[in-house]
Amino acid sequence: MSFLPYAVAAWLFLIGLYGIVSTRNLVCAILSLTVVQSATYVVLLAIGYTNGGQAPIFADIPQVTKTVDPVVQVLVLTDIVIEATVSAMLLALAVQAYKRFGSLDPQDLRALRD
Amino acid sequence: MSRTARLLMFGVGAAGLGVVLVYGLGGIPAFGHYQGVYGRVLDGIGVAQRHATDLVTGLNFDFRAFDTLGEEFILFASVLGIVLILREMRDEHERPRQEEADEHQFAGASSALRALALGLIPSMIALGVYIVVHGQITPGGGFQGGVILATGPLVAFLSGRYLRMKALAPHTIIELGDAAGAMGYALIGLGGLVFVGVFFKNFLPLGIPGHLLSAGQIDVASVAVGLEVSGAFLVGWSEFFDQAILVRPEGDR
Repeated sequence: MSFLPYAVAAWLFLIGLYGIVSTRNLVCAILSLTVVQSATYVVLLAIGYTNGGQAPIFADIPQVTKTVDPVVQVLVLTDIVIEATVSAMLLALAVQAYKRFGSLDPQDLRALRD
Repeated sequence: MSRTARLLMFGVGAAGLGVVLVYGLGGIPAFGHYQGVYGRVLDGIGVAQRHATDLVTGLNFDFRAFDTLGEEFILFASVLGIVLILREMRDEHERPRQEEADEHQFAGASSALRALALGLIPSMIALGVYIVVHGQITPGGGFQGGVILATGPLVAFLSGRYLRMKALAPHTIIELGDAAGAMGYALIGLGGLVFVGVFFKNFLPLGIPGHLLSAGQIDVASVAVGLEVSGAFLVGWSEFFDQAILVRPEGDR
């Protein structure tokens, strides 16, 4: 059981990559990229988890309480913001690609290949 | 390269990567047996030194404030990028507003939906403000609250009144909010440099832990970031909606 979160992360990473490689739709490729990125959330949160640890919010628990690592949680927050910005940029590019080539299939992006 | 060849190559590569990935992850301390040092140290000093009871926001806007500055400018730059990529091209024009007659009708955008939206908009904005200003006390903070704030005007779009959303959140205002938030956050860092001699060192009174105005720069930084995030999301969304609803190729009416 103790390896399960890491196995989930590895699975998300690989299945996301498969999505990027195999898809016929740019929007689907961008969504697959977010799946790849979500593997990093799982790894980070799993590293910081400690058995019986509470959330690092000391508003109503004593300061000596054992908590999960707040550092990785902040890293995940940063990660999510970056993911949002990257997907937004890529989606904007997909909109323009569709206007230019009339298709969202990566195979049809001729100008990029020739 | 043909699709089959590409998938075959990926299969070989992914199998290799998978083996290395699982082997590498196997070297990490087992799940639940955390062995880090920083988390423990910060647990001890977060409340005592910074008077912030939510350690995640405390870390984000104080201990790691410099990183957050970079994160903020990434968000800012990416919104600039979206505006640039989705600008009005030479062979396009925005449909005149009268033609749309203020209505962008979704199938099923009824008056009941609009009435619900009218109630939702102020409550989303109030919730967003609450989450932003209480960031240092309970879970929340600028990034989370900023997104909730931005959903307020978004509700107008969801109820089928896109142009009302533009009236509710005019482009100049949201761009100004985006820029002012980004600048405000940088100014907090400069304030530390000017008043205490270290970039992003707290120079504001710390207050009592758990109170609304406490934790020094964390609360102020949270507000600045909330402003920036809500502005950035609204600018980005409206660029995409413009593409879908207003922008048409030349000649098309």
